[in-house]
Amino acid sequence: MSDHDPLTRAEHSMVPGGAVGEVLRLDEPLSFWGGLDPATGRIIDRHHPQVGESVTGRVIAMPFGRGSSSASSALCEAVRAGTGPAAILMGEFDEIVALGAIAADEVYGVLVPVLVLPEGGFDRLPTGQRVRIGIDGTVYSN
Amino acid sequence: MTFRLGARDEARLAGEEGPGQQFAMRLVSRAAEAMGAKALLDVVGAHVDACLYLGPATLDFAERLAGAGAQVTVPTTLNVSSLDLIHPELYRGDPDDGRAARRLMECYEEMGCRPTWTCTPYQAGERPAFGENVAWAESNAIVFANSVLGARTHRYGDFIDICCAVTGRAPAAGLHLDEARRATVLVHLDGVSDELVNRDVLYPVLGGLLGRMVGKEVPVLEGLPSGLSEDRLKALGAAAASTGAVGLFHVVGSTPEAPTLEAALQGRRPDSVLSVTPADLRSARDRLSTVAAGALDVVSLGTPHYSVEEFARLVELLDSRRVHDGVVLYAATSREVLNEVSLRGWEAILLTAGVRIVTDTCTYVTPIIDVAARTAMTDSAKWAYYAPGNLGLEVVFGSTEDCVESAVAGQIVRDERIWSDE
Repeated sequence: MSDHDPLTRAEHSMVPGGAVGEVLRLDEPLSFWGGLDPATGRIIDRHHPQVGESVTGRVIAMPFGRGSSSASSALCEAVRAGTGPAAILMGEFDEIVALGAIAADEVYGVLVPVLVLPEGGFDRLPTGQRVRIGIDGTVYSN
Repeated sequence: MTFRLGARDEARLAGEEGPGQQFAMRLVSRAAEAMGAKALLDVVGAHVDACLYLGPATLDFAERLAGAGAQVTVPTTLNVSSLDLIHPELYRGDPDDGRAARRLMECYEEMGCRPTWTCTPYQAGERPAFGENVAWAESNAIVFANSVLGARTHRYGDFIDICCAVTGRAPAAGLHLDEARRATVLVHLDGVSDELVNRDVLYPVLGGLLGRMVGKEVPVLEGLPSGLSEDRLKALGAAAASTGAVGLFHVVGSTPEAPTLEAALQGRRPDSVLSVTPADLRSARDRLSTVAAGALDVVSLGTPHYSVEEFARLVELLDSRRVHDGVVLYAATSREVLNEVSLRGWEAILLTAGVRIVTDTCTYVTPIIDVAARTAMTDSAKWAYYAPGNLGLEVVFGSTEDCVESAVAGQIVRDERIWSDE
């Protein structure tokens, strides 16, 4: 168990699992398809406020996903290329994102947990903070 | 978990129907748990988007499933791929990527899917009935199936689509359920002119605005003429599913779950009420363009794939004129619609006019457009939304009339009058 108090706890673990990483809190939703370069793990959507940031190995927090059915493939491709995030924390259910993580686990054996946080959960996760996610969906500072 | 599988689902999960069913069922059951579903339900058909080559992961997944002997158990159509097999010379991409894309297409054919290669299966003969559960991917197809046909599909993405097709099962959650189909946001049109509501160009613009306004809520629109055409509803939905995550919308008097406002709201009050003004529409229309005037290299029509009626309009607007030498005009469609267009004698007319017809794919998902092209025009809000990022082009949105006039003139021509306040 951690020595630290929990920061927040997932309301629902869409894809349950543990992870450790530095938080990247996205100010706007990101479409993995067209918005993320799987070769580099960097955000390439020119309209996104965090364009140029890398998601690789980080715990990314975003309120919700966007549009395209192809987002599952784009996330899975990033995981295959070794540029994927350590975990994804969302403000609402997004099964297209979750499916990309499930497929990556099934095909490559790399698990990227996808959790839905309760209201206010994001405010406790500033960019740059290192966190550990327990298997039960609890997020601790690390 | 409170999640329960049926006896046959359990048997499949245990491998009793072979490794293909086992793999697909594991993915469907994990998806169901992710979605918080309590059970699975039967689907009568599927539409698969995972056949578009987006890198080695898409092929690894398909080869794993096809290699395990998976076969679809319900009629399954395929979305656009990365290649136009009818006009292969259009592909300008890397040959290795082209071979991988072709192999991906073969994997899905081996699993028993129909090689339809279209994002508009609903205009190529695949029309699930009102109330039927299906598992469709591709955001424009999802929103059309739910909103216009009254069939029921959740917003499925790549991988789960084919696994539902193989198992014939889907999570009993989301838009399959009555409760999730209730309109939560009432959207009024406020002071929008009759002239504008009777123009095709309103509908993609309104859809783009709607997606940004409502995100993933279910909107109901009031104040539009009743009996809107399928192509107008198609354009509206495709745009709303691009700028937002809309999987179902209602239009009072036009869509089957909204014979009245009360029906769409399922007898309850809306959670919120929003209005759309002429100024909102003008600014939504402006947001779809990165340039407004000047030289033009490409015109792209047919996102989603053009219908027979949309081709009829294109032939009429061209009126025997030729596309300017400095412009390439692409019109994308399904094989089914192209066949119909050809039987009516329009294919020859379009080719003579200089139109390049694209099938099986779309100009913003694969390298078809010359990389030297700088500015493109489209009548599609969806294409306008994705093309600047995907292709690095400047984009100008216009009506189909504007697109044809511009293609003939060789430069951007737009009718600004209907967007003015008067």
